[in-house]
Amino acid sequence: MSEKAGAVVIGGGVNGLGTAYHLAKKGYTDVVVLEKSYVCSGASGRNGGGIRQQWSSRENIKLAMESTKMFEGLSEELGEDMEFIQGGYLVLAFDEDEVERFEKNVALQRKMGLNTEFVSPEEAKEIVPQLNISKVKAATFNESDGTIYPFLVVHGYARAVREMGVEIREHTEVTDIEVHGDEITAVKTDKGIIETDTVVNAAGGWSNQIARMAGVELPNKPYRHEIMVTEPFAHFLDPMVISFHHGIYFSQSKHGNIVGGIGNPDEKEGINQRSSMWFLRTMAKTLVDFIPQFRSVNMLRQWAGLYDTTPDAQPIIGPVPELERFYQLNGFSGHGFMVSPVVNKVTAELILGEEPSMDIDRLSVTRFEGMDLEQEYSVVG
Amino acid sequence: MTVMICRCEDITEEEILEAISQGYTEIEPLKRRLRIGMGQCQGKTCIPLVERILARERCKKPEDMDEPTARPPSRQVSFGLLAGDRDE
Repeated sequence: MSEKAGAVVIGGGVNGLGTAYHLAKKGYTDVVVLEKSYVCSGASGRNGGGIRQQWSSRENIKLAMESTKMFEGLSEELGEDMEFIQGGYLVLAFDEDEVERFEKNVALQRKMGLNTEFVSPEEAKEIVPQLNISKVKAATFNESDGTIYPFLVVHGYARAVREMGVEIREHTEVTDIEVHGDEITAVKTDKGIIETDTVVNAAGGWSNQIARMAGVELPNKPYRHEIMVTEPFAHFLDPMVISFHHGIYFSQSKHGNIVGGIGNPDEKEGINQRSSMWFLRTMAKTLVDFIPQFRSVNMLRQWAGLYDTTPDAQPIIGPVPELERFYQLNGFSGHGFMVSPVVNKVTAELILGEEPSMDIDRLSVTRFEGMDLEQEYSVVG
Repeated sequence: MTVMICRCEDITEEEILEAISQGYTEIEPLKRRLRIGMGQCQGKTCIPLVERILARERCKKPEDMDEPTARPPSRQVSFGLLAGDRDE
């Protein structure tokens, strides 16, 4: 038996459901969202909830600034408190190269209208008095960055799209994408076939597998990133604290827990969501070095998720040259949640043939054919 | 009568039934919705109770229900101990 849909979205995470949400809001509800596990089971439910605008590349700054504005209105829009706390992001520099790069980043961000401050180690300590600044060379701080509670956002979108008539099918795995010439004709799943000419690939760490089903090669590679949460305790930490040098990030949630992660530079490419002892020890040592009082805090739980990584650490948005209705919405390289609002809106506009409200041509997959890449350096975790 | 199911996050049976009626009919999404199993007991108290409620509501046997992914460590450990402090 086969059925029809105007568009099929692959991936029940923040980007897939956010796009379905923007389509539905414009009155387009002939959409089926396919999720091989349950809603929010992938990176959207495994990340630290950071919303940061302090990037080194123009595109990421632009996407994050616009998305932050949209997150500010999201609680009201979805009718539930998303726990968006704008406590700022404190980005620490530990060597002269970083200081030099941060100076450039701040100059670019300020030029683009983002009021990031370049601060001294002493000023950083004023923002987080418990911080060990003995090795800190400088820092940048932006007060409108913050954190959001990812489950609330994704569940909020899921609820909203269902109410508007979009169908979300969980435990439904895409097995093939049928293509005739330069058109998609159907999406095959383990539960049946859906005829459609429009597909959104929002499958996160599985995006390159999905693209290959349609005969499209993406440069994306999945990498495991680990994360943990502590017991809750009295609020003391306003901003998210991060260091690219250490690959660490941590913040304190509304519930009082510290949530944070640290990247493993030796991590191997592949789909792996298991927890490791390396992470536990490295995270503990680094956290205690940053804030000595953390010694007596208990670690409660660790888990892992996937970064869907591109060569320039910037996302792939929009159609591919081979198939003009096969929309990519992936390759977010660890910052897919924070830029999701604007890219979801733009993807919905592209699908409906409207003029996109933001120019995202530079994020097309075609950029990898030339060598004109603007590398994003400010990746953490 | 109020039946407390998750003592760490203060979640009652009524709240669990409400979430199930809203479509959170599996243990993993229910956990993400209500934070059950994410508190200091790591789900040791509440998860078996929630499994039973879910089984009852979905007319299944408790032993046929999926279990949430176990997240290490099995009990809380201080960062000092993990970082290798000698005085712990």
